[in-house]
Amino acid sequence: MREFLVGHYFYWFIFLLMAIGLAGIVLKKNLIKKVIGMSIFQVAIILFFVASSSKWDATVPILDPALGAADTSRYINPLPHCLMLTAIVVGVATSGVAFALIITIWRRYRTLDENELLEKLTHDPD
Amino acid sequence: MIPTNAPALIPLLYLFTGLLIPLAALRLRRLAYWLALAAAAVASAAALSNIFRVLEAGTLRYRFGGWPPPVGIEYVLDPLSAFLSAVINAVALVVLVHARRTVEADLPERKHVPYFALVMLMMSGFNGIVMTGDFFNLYVFLEICSLALYGLVAVGDRKSPVAAFRYLVLGMIGGCFYLLGVGFLYMSSGSLNMADMKAILAVVGARPEVIVALCFMILGFGIKMALFPLHGWLPDAYTYAPTATSSLIAPIGTKIGAYGLIRVLFFVFGLRFVTHTVPVAQVIAWLGAAGILYGSVMAMAQDELKRMLAFSSVAQVGYIGLGIGLANPLGLLGAVLHVLNHGLMKACLFLVAGNFRLQLGHSRIPALDAGTRRRMPWTSAAFTLAALSMIGLPPTVGFFSKWYLALGTIRNRSWVFLAVILVSSLLNAVYFFRVIERLYLRPAAGNDEGRDAADSVVRGEAAPSLLLPTLVLAASLIIIGLLNAVIVKGLLVRFLPPGLEITLP
Repeated sequence: MREFLVGHYFYWFIFLLMAIGLAGIVLKKNLIKKVIGMSIFQVAIILFFVASSSKWDATVPILDPALGAADTSRYINPLPHCLMLTAIVVGVATSGVAFALIITIWRRYRTLDENELLEKLTHDPD
Repeated sequence: MIPTNAPALIPLLYLFTGLLIPLAALRLRRLAYWLALAAAAVASAAALSNIFRVLEAGTLRYRFGGWPPPVGIEYVLDPLSAFLSAVINAVALVVLVHARRTVEADLPERKHVPYFALVMLMMSGFNGIVMTGDFFNLYVFLEICSLALYGLVAVGDRKSPVAAFRYLVLGMIGGCFYLLGVGFLYMSSGSLNMADMKAILAVVGARPEVIVALCFMILGFGIKMALFPLHGWLPDAYTYAPTATSSLIAPIGTKIGAYGLIRVLFFVFGLRFVTHTVPVAQVIAWLGAAGILYGSVMAMAQDELKRMLAFSSVAQVGYIGLGIGLANPLGLLGAVLHVLNHGLMKACLFLVAGNFRLQLGHSRIPALDAGTRRRMPWTSAAFTLAALSMIGLPPTVGFFSKWYLALGTIRNRSWVFLAVILVSSLLNAVYFFRVIERLYLRPAAGNDEGRDAADSVVRGEAAPSLLLPTLVLAASLIIIGLLNAVIVKGLLVRFLPPGLEITLP
């Protein structure tokens, strides 16, 4: 049991990070803080992929003549890192769209507080 | 050359048109719309011919860059994806014909070009999701179409940015859950290719990380398809989006999530895994049933036509969820047939709402009466036909998917679900007859005509370019209803996954 807990310490950290991100999205009333929560959540998943492919005593996945290609366990799996490059781009694009929406919301309603926003929305004719 | 490349052509066509539109619009702004329409027409033709190609030659596979799977990314055109791709492209084509005038009315001119470019990106994402045979590729396309959708929703009414923001937050969480599921699957199998994954999972079995992966993926797709109780983003997004957007995403958008769910549950994890090892299918069926009742009851309480249709979408997605969750051949046939049927019905109804908005200046149900019908007889007739189909009267399409779903519940002996389907048909009847009754029986409120400023835009029936797509969809409800046996026996039974085969009499 202790080994399970300690051996997976990185994953506990990642799940804590995800929980923080989700809490930010759900609990924080300010839209900007929600976007911060979103970013933390996305970063947690990126770290999850990166951590899953990391390895002790292994090197970058470029053929090293001294190691040869026979023993692939001496190289780190590069695929998750490449996938995460795409996921980072997606995350940046999502944040960008979110900020653009926030700017529009601010211009129309002059508030970024969710409660105030709901208040103004109910009084706003279509 | 074309046959082997067929799976990759449609997404790429939309992607390049999406990039071409801003460039072409530098010369002539009107080109944006016509390019988008042309792309949708070509894609629809290609998607329809793909169906015949798949029926003739079986599943087509395309390897990107010539890398053989599982190393490379593979596009797979099997009967299910060919069917889905034909549905989404054909509906998009009809809606785009309608979109010219509504986009002109809803958006300032400088936004037309980016709007159609985004529509193309969204369609590229939808088609990519349907065609891809790679889990991570699916995630990328899921995000492409979602990002485009946020933009398309946000240009609507005054309140639309708030709706779009809420959609963005939930959609982002959905996408991330799916990605997390992919991560767990990759950790336990070392593959991202769907066909390869299926073979590996058969060996790996029900390890904890595989179960966690399945749950996260269902959660992710559940948010994207607005399965109750993950539907929170849908009503506002559909209500406040411009007419063209809501009539594009309501028939197509949620179906993509349903497709992902079917693909993952039955084609990757397999029937035994999702019904016996981890009984998630039952959970999905219950959520679907709850969504049917919730959506129908909420739809009765709405006074705005688009909002009513949005809640009715929650209910209709529930039907698809229920059909998937039944996990038997008839239920799955009903679910996939309902993807087509609901696509046509909802597109037709949203186009009607768009016609009302354009001609009357509003789509509030209490303000509709016989005067509206006299002014717009054809639009009203299309609405009535689509409403009857939503209720499920034969020979319209709505009847047949409900029929298969009901047969599926009987086969499983789940009488609760059968009751839900029957009760919800009554609820559908209540909230649609509320509108039909106003259109046909409520006498026009003579003197009140001038009271509402919006009512002063009396211009009679909608223009032909608005009316034609609406009527085409309405007619297709009957035609496809009559032809449903051909579609089901000729096409749909071919895609049924292992363990769910059936021969219909």
